[in-house]
Amino acid sequence: MGMESIPHNFLTGRLEDLVKWARRNSVWPATFGLACCAIEMMATGAAHYDLARYGMEVFRASPRQADLMIVAGRVSQKMAPVLRQVYDQMVEPKWVISMGVCASTGGMFNNYAIVQGVDQIVPVDVYVPGCPPGPETLMHGILMLHDEIRHGEIMKRRGKDTGAGIEVEQLDGTPSHVQPVTLSRSA
Amino acid sequence: MTRHKVRDDTRLEHQTDEGDQVLKPVRRDSTTRELVVTGGLWPDDTETTIINMGPQHPSTHGVLRVMLELDGETVLRLKPIVGYLHTGMEKTAEELTYVQGATNVTRMDYVSPLSNELVWSMAVERLLDLEIPLRATWIRMYLVELNRIASHLLFQATNGMDIGALSMMVYGWRDREETLRLLEKITGLRMNHNFIRPGGVAADLPEGWEEDTLAVLDGVEKGVRDYSDLLNENPIWLERLVGVGILTTEQALALGVSGPILRSTGFPWDLRKSQPYLAYDEVDFDVVYTENGDCYDRFLIRLHEILESVKIVRQCIERMPAGDYRAQDRKVTPPPRARIDESMEALIHHFKLFTEGFKVPPGETYMAVESARGEIGCYLVSDGTGKPVRMHIRGPSFYNLQSTATMAEGTLVADTVAIISTVDPIMGEVDR
Amino acid sequence: MPDDDSAREAIHNLDSDAERAEAASDARKEEVAAAVVAKFPGTVFHDSHGQSVLYVDRAAWHDVAAHLRDDESFTQCLDVTAVDHLRDDVRLAVPGVTPERFEVVANFLSHPRNRRIRTICEVPEGDTTVASLVDVYPGVDFAEREVYDLLGITFEGHPDLTRILMPDDWDGHPLRKDDAPSRVPVTFKEDPAPR
Repeated sequence: MGMESIPHNFLTGRLEDLVKWARRNSVWPATFGLACCAIEMMATGAAHYDLARYGMEVFRASPRQADLMIVAGRVSQKMAPVLRQVYDQMVEPKWVISMGVCASTGGMFNNYAIVQGVDQIVPVDVYVPGCPPGPETLMHGILMLHDEIRHGEIMKRRGKDTGAGIEVEQLDGTPSHVQPVTLSRSA
Repeated sequence: MTRHKVRDDTRLEHQTDEGDQVLKPVRRDSTTRELVVTGGLWPDDTETTIINMGPQHPSTHGVLRVMLELDGETVLRLKPIVGYLHTGMEKTAEELTYVQGATNVTRMDYVSPLSNELVWSMAVERLLDLEIPLRATWIRMYLVELNRIASHLLFQATNGMDIGALSMMVYGWRDREETLRLLEKITGLRMNHNFIRPGGVAADLPEGWEEDTLAVLDGVEKGVRDYSDLLNENPIWLERLVGVGILTTEQALALGVSGPILRSTGFPWDLRKSQPYLAYDEVDFDVVYTENGDCYDRFLIRLHEILESVKIVRQCIERMPAGDYRAQDRKVTPPPRARIDESMEALIHHFKLFTEGFKVPPGETYMAVESARGEIGCYLVSDGTGKPVRMHIRGPSFYNLQSTATMAEGTLVADTVAIISTVDPIMGEVDR
Repeated sequence: MPDDDSAREAIHNLDSDAERAEAASDARKEEVAAAVVAKFPGTVFHDSHGQSVLYVDRAAWHDVAAHLRDDESFTQCLDVTAVDHLRDDVRLAVPGVTPERFEVVANFLSHPRNRRIRTICEVPEGDTTVASLVDVYPGVDFAEREVYDLLGITFEGHPDLTRILMPDDWDGHPLRKDDAPSRVPVTFKEDPAPR
């Protein structure tokens, strides 16, 4: 059996599926390791729990080249504007995984110095609990993100009234999440 | 000397196939400049460049921001700017009881968390004037040395990656995984274990820990031999690290530097030997030190310290005493779980210990141990209640970072990365 | 407020003559402490769970450190920190030392003599200034900045006394007992209250 047995030289599918397949199989994370979770993130990328099987072992230092920001660790008051700036520099489509309890809700540090949940600053797609989450938990979160990419709509990233409804000002003044991202030229 | 002036396009006309072409005139306003290239050297530029490295940067260990003043490629001044991971742990410690304090402290130096827990527990026990059983001491020493191995392996991995030996990243993590798996079997967690608590340790060592540890140690020793073969005589490695970032003993002592950096300057100071705590005076190990004070020395010291820690762990396996894993002082230790079903007093005792916590009489103390990065100290002030008045952790990286400014003066930008990497700062204990 | 606290503060008294004499003889046993007490009158020696502590006058803070480095070979100042005793339940009282709201604490280590010593000075609430030790021990640069940042104690003579851990425009000194709360109330997403 070879190529001769295929009656036509065409494979059909939807463009959307192709785009989503490409997007989810090479999500490149930006290096945003902050604290203990960063160590577990590096462990997930290392040889034992290998992220390269998903095409994700290239942690891009430049946010412009990255698709995914894994906020790994506690976000302090001083770091919050830096986090936002790095997020803004990333190009659409971009996703955020909030890794660990400190990034998701402030964790055990319920005090003046830690932002109580990184979703106060950036919109989050997947929350991964744990202190720190083991590599298996992080991979579960990443696979959940892949699922979301697979089943979500590529035309519209975030609906108007879905999610937390948090208004977060982008640095240039335009809030990024409330407007649906469309690919048509008319908008 | 030739002068090339920008062409005055108002008068330019081309003769082409399509007929005469007239180019649109170039706007002459204040934004256009006349470039005069005379050849020879560039005009004398005495301005220096100030660049910013971090806080989000692949080569700063965590969220360290470094401002560099450069003259070309040479670093004139370096200023580390910290605070991007400030967690308010010292404030949180005032809200947590003394048993919960270990969960807080363990997240400071998150690469060797058991050292943090150890210094906290020792400070609390000193304030309580509490003696812990021999087995608890040896279990603590065994765990802390395992942690030192894991921490130094992480250093080898990240240092290798920063210098460019990317395979070291993978190898270092491979051996560290084995150590973490063993620690998970013993303490329940891969990191931030919360296992060493005031009074002893949280639980006894599990069945079969001796065989598991020996297997891990054999893997670590083989790994260290491999890394030595890969790196120690490697010409690129030597070129990048030898003679780079030299620190003298006087500078190190003045800056409050301790740990492998101080030992690399020719000063063999190790708290485990000089002011022994736990059972370090009963085990046989050497203090590794070198003379040159450069990056290569710091790398080599940590590599050999792994082997010294392996020696200590082997002795712990052979000589682990039998006994209690925590002090049976009723003030500090909860009653055995079985008794809670039988006795009302035991239930109340357990309840009070885990809600209010035990009370520590008023006092203050400073305890210090040798962690993988240097001297970590805990200054603890108590006031007779179940929560401390003030807990301050003297993080070694906080002081070691000050030495980067001294080490980096006069080096190149690429050397700065090597210097920061071999100082091995962990921002969790810098910023707390 | 301060009146309330001084009324609440139960002072653990070591007031008997015998105990005071014993404390003085302890100072003689510890020769470093004895030298400092002799050179800087007003210094009080205290044995804290086996560790030597010297309570020095705020005015002598810098000179005591210089003496320790130059004459007693205390090669390293390991740590400078401060404590806010505003809400202490029972405060440790050392005879001869007037307790104030803040205490600045410095830990020293002598490598050649292999010993440690601690100096503490009391800093009142209204006048939170202490001499900086940076010219004696350059390594306490960051530590003093941290004490200034988190507790608001100014160090005279420090080359760059700016905030180090909090953002530069932060208001207040979080580690003070009356400043930032140590436990922030947890809010939920649909919570009408401001975050």
